[in-house]
Amino acid sequence: MNLTLKVWRQKNSADKGGFETYQVSNISPDMSFLEMFDVLNEQLVNSDQDPIHFDHDCREGICGMCSLYINGKPHGPKDAITTCQLHMRSFSDGDTIVVEPWRAKAFPVVKDLVVDRTAFDRIIQAGGYVSINTGGVPDANEIPISKEVANEAMDAATCIGCGACVAACKNASAMLFVSAKVSQLAVLPQGQVERKSRVENMVATMDAEGFGACTNTGACEAVCPKEISITNIARMNREYFQAKISSKKI
Amino acid sequence: MKLNSKIPEGPIAEKWTKHKFNMKLVNPANKRKYDIIVVGSGLAGASAAASFAELGYNVKCFCFQDSPRRAHSIAAQGGINAAKNYQNDGDSVYRLFYDTIKGGDYRSREANVYRLAEVSSSIIDQCVAQGVPFAREYGGLLDNRSFGGAQVSRTFYARGQTGQQLLLGAYSALSRQVANGKVKMYTRTEMLDVVLIDDKARGIVARNLITGEIESHSAHAVVLATGGYGNVFFLSTNAMGSNCTAAWRAHKKGALFGNPCFTQIHPTCIPVSGDHQSKLTLMSESLRNDGRVWVPKVARPKLTAREATKIPNDERDYFLERKYPSFGNLVPRDVASRNAKMACDEGKGVGATGLAVFLDFADAIKRDGKEVIAAKYGNLFDMYEQITGDNPYEMPMMIYPAVHYTMGGLWVDYNLMTTIPGLYAIGEANFSDHGANRLGASALMQGLADGYFVIPYTIGDYLATMPYEKISTDHEAFKEVEANVKAKINQLLNIKGKRTVDDFHKALGKIMWEYCGMSRNEDGLKLAKGKIQELKKEFWQDVKVMGSQDELNMSLEKANRVADFIELGELMVDDALHRSESCGGHFREESQTPEGEAKRKDDEFSFVSAWEFKGEDQPELLQKEELAFENVKLTQRSYK
Ligand SMILES: Cc1cc2nc3c(=O)[nH]c(=O)nc-3n(C[C@H](O)[C@H](O)[C@H](O)COP(=O)(O)OP(=O)(O)OC[C@H]3O[C@@H](n4cnc5c(N)ncnc54)[C@H](O)[C@@H]3O)c2cc1C
Ligand code: FES
Repeated sequence: MNLTLKVWRQKNSADKGGFETYQVSNISPDMSFLEMFDVLNEQLVNSDQDPIHFDHDCREGICGMCSLYINGKPHGPKDAITTCQLHMRSFSDGDTIVVEPWRAKAFPVVKDLVVDRTAFDRIIQAGGYVSINTGGVPDANEIPISKEVANEAMDAATCIGCGACVAACKNASAMLFVSAKVSQLAVLPQGQVERKSRVENMVATMDAEGFGACTNTGACEAVCPKEISITNIARMNREYFQAKISSKKI
Repeated sequence: MKLNSKIPEGPIAEKWTKHKFNMKLVNPANKRKYDIIVVGSGLAGASAAASFAELGYNVKCFCFQDSPRRAHSIAAQGGINAAKNYQNDGDSVYRLFYDTIKGGDYRSREANVYRLAEVSSSIIDQCVAQGVPFAREYGGLLDNRSFGGAQVSRTFYARGQTGQQLLLGAYSALSRQVANGKVKMYTRTEMLDVVLIDDKARGIVARNLITGEIESHSAHAVVLATGGYGNVFFLSTNAMGSNCTAAWRAHKKGALFGNPCFTQIHPTCIPVSGDHQSKLTLMSESLRNDGRVWVPKVARPKLTAREATKIPNDERDYFLERKYPSFGNLVPRDVASRNAKMACDEGKGVGATGLAVFLDFADAIKRDGKEVIAAKYGNLFDMYEQITGDNPYEMPMMIYPAVHYTMGGLWVDYNLMTTIPGLYAIGEANFSDHGANRLGASALMQGLADGYFVIPYTIGDYLATMPYEKISTDHEAFKEVEANVKAKINQLLNIKGKRTVDDFHKALGKIMWEYCGMSRNEDGLKLAKGKIQELKKEFWQDVKVMGSQDELNMSLEKANRVADFIELGELMVDDALHRSESCGGHFREESQTPEGEAKRKDDEFSFVSAWEFKGEDQPELLQKEELAFENVKLTQRSYK
């Protein structure tokens, strides 16, 4: 396949940035999208140009590092996969492909297609845990949990923190990400003790980080590579409301 | 240098308890006077950093990814072992200990392995308390599966994402301590050297990957939890960024490197599809429970999976079933891998490259129905189809072995301290528990055992002997290391040669895979050594690194890593040359039984090879830690 790529290039966070156009040829349909980028980068270096910077690590859809906005969609045209799982057989010879970074106020661009997602870490630091220390915990089977509840918790816990939900949302809201963690711990017995403070603190941090409000468009769920359900957002809203009515914080 | 493994006296089942009692303690009020650096935020690093902080120490934790949650541990699929005996099927600490020693082909240290088995239960308790959603049975209790040929069900799992869930648990504990101000997290920061003062590890020099700044960090002890070095082979199942730099640079400062040639090659990976290939994808070992491995009896070059369905049974060679009637397709990883390679070496490999064998589910689907197979392996089948474009319900999969795990690593004593006082190594970065071959679901167990339940104790024994005074990073030792690190970076940037970093990395990978991969012999290894030395020379004359030092520069990051991989590669070859026996994942063609199976030489090689760096371009010195087996009787493995 021969392809035309329009790629966002930006030297650093202070730079304005803009699109550059590149041609790649002899691309095999068996290549992954990121391998196609590897080929392009080798080509660039061989002609004395700076390679395109993009985030990636596991290349199997689990670390949440890869984060390309391809033809107007986070992680590209196919549903339920990450950028690194996208293969070139999803494109056709002669295509023009536009590649941009995640765009959100809370995710500033670091360079080219690399963005800063540390806001997600700070939200987890605000309460995305059970406050126990190492050691001195009960035997694992002393906390029986029904299969349904375990499955529900697991569905929420599969979030990889890639930020596609934020990138897809016109308000750049982080509700799907935050609600996934809140839900996981709200349905499990281990999460009960801190249930109220957790949701309050995580939501407060989410707002402080500059993520937008949720207007229920569902774009987040549609692009989530792990198919995290939007029902988690409804649950989080309930959790938040209940926490607020009994809260001492105003 | 004299190796002292510091194994405590006494019967094996009492060693750890006694040792915990005998170790010196740091008074709770004094813990805040000590600073600890943890490099790495995978299972080992995150669990250690969180546990140190909970005890009261001040911790600085480093990772090169943008978040600690993305460490390579996240990718582990299958599960984690623990001797809970929840299934009432006869499991015990002793049995897990025994299986691990035997699985490691008798090349690991009994005392460490026993302790690993002993603390394994606590890991599961800890993770459940954190909210890790392990699989459950209908009654609400934890479910187990059997894994990697074990005869008991002791593997705990969370769908096919066990590593992810365990890492997110450790990450949550770490995040809590970041919020408490007890851990300072440095993301996108890469350690490039360790700093020694009075022969003790007192800090590190690291590069801020965003600004390029070279920063020094001082502490009372340094813990390396930097993972394995499988990417020496370029192609492996490891994450793209996994590297050996931290361990290798510590090695060059005096930390001995244990058993570098012990590499695990996993049989069920998706084959290489072309030169563009950047990494390999593992598919769970569980597929071999129902899939049958075969190649055509008569070579059929470029046979596709679709054509394969038309080949009648009597023209197929189910070589594992034929050679190992009692274990069949379920022989251990190393045996399955080696036999696939042999079939391909005989020219019977299939697919476009000839480097693949079939894994066929047609009989299982006929026997159990498509639904049953889909329920067991649906997600793996989908993943396979998405990568290869072939549908495994209709035609056989193609698989080929790939580098997966490195048992070798920094040599550590019973306290997990390297040969540099105050420098520790935990998780895949050390050599300690898996001998010459690791059992499935035991790496996650080891990483968390080291981080939650071993090092929080053993580090106190060392710190209790240390003065509280902090050393300023203005100390000349820091300045000197900074200058060296900067000089190396400048050198890399100024070569301005013609070959890209990836090009060198691929060349190294080819040499390693060809001569120091699944099967090794003296001539090949000697040839490889020469080739690596040549490659090293060329690298330092002709590598092309774009960009500058003071910006995000991924080519520079890679160049630093590949420079170290080349040197480690040479040491792996030396180690493989010296160990002229076969054991575990290390198959020396000169040492096999008449039936072509691996043959250990216990009289000559019952030791850990620990290599000491003697200076640039000097041969390394081999030190031996003799292994004493007091509790387990050595036998030759047989799967016939
Ligand atoms: C595909 C796959 C599946 C697996 N499945 C299983 C399984 O089912 N069960 C099992 O038991 N094991 C499994 N394993 C093995 C297991 O996942 C690993 O051995 C284990 O997770 C390693 O953990 P770790 O904490 O030692 O290192 P890692 O998770 O590799 O973490 C290394 C950390 O060090 C940091 N780091 C490295 N170098 C530097 C540096 N120079 N400066 C700063 N930071 C640095 C990284 O950023 C990272 O945070 C699997 C492995 C693979 C590849
Ligand atoms: S690189 Fe890890 S999810 Fe894509």
